[in-house]
Amino acid sequence: MKLIMAIIKPFKLDDAREALTPLGVQGLTVSEVKGFGRQKGQTEIYRGAEYHVSFLPKIKIEVVVTDDLADQVIEAISKAAHTGKIGDGKIFVMDIERAMRIRTGEVDAEAL
Amino acid sequence: MKRLPWGWGMSAALPALFLALPAFADDAPPKIDSGDTAWMLTSTALVLLMTIPGLALFYAGMVRKKNILATLMQSFAICAIVTIVWCVAGYSIAFTTGGTYMGDFSRFMLNGIADHIVKGSETQAFVLASGIKDVNDMSTTIPESVYMMFQMTFAIITPALICGAFADRMKFSALCIFMTLWSLIVYSPVAHWVWAPSGWASQMGILDFAGGTVVHINAGVAGLVCALVLGKRVGYGTDNMAPYNLSLAVIGASLLWVGWFGFNAGSAVGANGRAGMAMAVTQIATAAAALGWMFAEWITKGKPSVLGAISGAVAGLVAITPASGFVLPGASIVIGVAAGVICFWSATSLKHMLGYDDSLDTFGVHGIGGIVGALLTGVFSYGPLSATDASPDGSPGGLAQLKLQAIGVCSTLVWSGVMTFVLLMVTKVLVGLKVNEEEEREGLDIVLHGEQIF
Repeated sequence: MKLIMAIIKPFKLDDAREALTPLGVQGLTVSEVKGFGRQKGQTEIYRGAEYHVSFLPKIKIEVVVTDDLADQVIEAISKAAHTGKIGDGKIFVMDIERAMRIRTGEVDAEAL
Repeated sequence: MKRLPWGWGMSAALPALFLALPAFADDAPPKIDSGDTAWMLTSTALVLLMTIPGLALFYAGMVRKKNILATLMQSFAICAIVTIVWCVAGYSIAFTTGGTYMGDFSRFMLNGIADHIVKGSETQAFVLASGIKDVNDMSTTIPESVYMMFQMTFAIITPALICGAFADRMKFSALCIFMTLWSLIVYSPVAHWVWAPSGWASQMGILDFAGGTVVHINAGVAGLVCALVLGKRVGYGTDNMAPYNLSLAVIGASLLWVGWFGFNAGSAVGANGRAGMAMAVTQIATAAAALGWMFAEWITKGKPSVLGAISGAVAGLVAITPASGFVLPGASIVIGVAAGVICFWSATSLKHMLGYDDSLDTFGVHGIGGIVGALLTGVFSYGPLSATDASPDGSPGGLAQLKLQAIGVCSTLVWSGVMTFVLLMVTKVLVGLKVNEEEEREGLDIVLHGEQIF
């Protein structure tokens, strides 16, 4: 099983989610995060006091899928979240050792 | 009323006779006017709304998340503390006859305030006696309890304004002690000088309709002294101190704007043309100032900020305060634009140039705005608005009046500045003034009050 973690621009969340449903992905976790990469922050001015804010709001999607689905999921998210401008985000993939559905006790692939 | 020794037969004719005779106004106690009283009751509520939650939200919206509750608490606590202080001695020191520098203690614990209540109603309106030959008493058409309450709301907001200067770093215990002393020793005497007929500034003819000197310059310079004595916030200049929630500040500023109609128009102490004109010039000056700051910022910094627009509005409200019962709309536009632009400069440039941390610009907006307004009152005062039977020309603007205004401004600056410093030192000896560095970094909400916003 693979954990696919994608950091994307917030307004791309709906597109990414719609791209995953036809692949059979049944669940995912979304968090609001801040971060920066090559996209520079911005300067805010409050009554003459300047603050450079480097952290920009992003959305992190975490989805765990079986190995055979991983490539399609990565492809789908990457296409959906792409704008061509700096700040589109990144996708990371990790191995998952075990999984369990709490309600039924199903494990590993049946839990996904 | 004089009792005439005439028989019953004449009593029917008496009313007609009295209509034909000159008014016995000087002998009869002034009557209570229900219209005036209704307006003053309303104004009192409006002015209290300016502090809770107007000013509370205005300031809280500008601080960092970890200090929001503590900032709200300052306004709320001051409301409670000053209410009691005012009842005990503050009102007496400010508004009894006394001497030229302060009143006496005849209204200690509001003693005597109910003297004229008969069968549940006030039988005579409040008169501020001058106690001085040839100096006119100020008679009102409202009960003393209402006058006392209206003035209490002014006594409440003035110390609350000072909190902006030491935001994010003052101990709550220090605040409680300092504000109690400040209200008695700085606020009440200055109110007496300017608004009691026996006060020296009032006798000299210094004009301050609703509190340019008594409230704004007073709080403004006290704020500056506090900022200098307490020193800068930890991380000032390096840390991100951006406002956590400016929408709270906008709500607060809006409540201040609307509530200010009670502040200025209510200072007419009556529901009349003067109140109407005061309301009009308040609105016009505020709008002009908001636009003034907005355009000044747009031109110099490239973007008109929300914080700038609301700050401009508050600067305009401050500047029109002393002038509100004395000027006409044309002058109010000038006062507004001047306040908006000058306070924009003082809050953004002057502060950073001189390097003091007046966190929420108490001096930059209230101090400077109050000075601008107090001086321009001397320039633009329209005689007929302040004319009375005793003084048919009123107090028209001009060089002579401007000089008087300058005297009022300087005296307030000196008294408030010096006494604020003394009271801060007293408070420092008793409980200390500032939280320590670690506490400041952690945030006042958790450290002083054990609570936090998520």
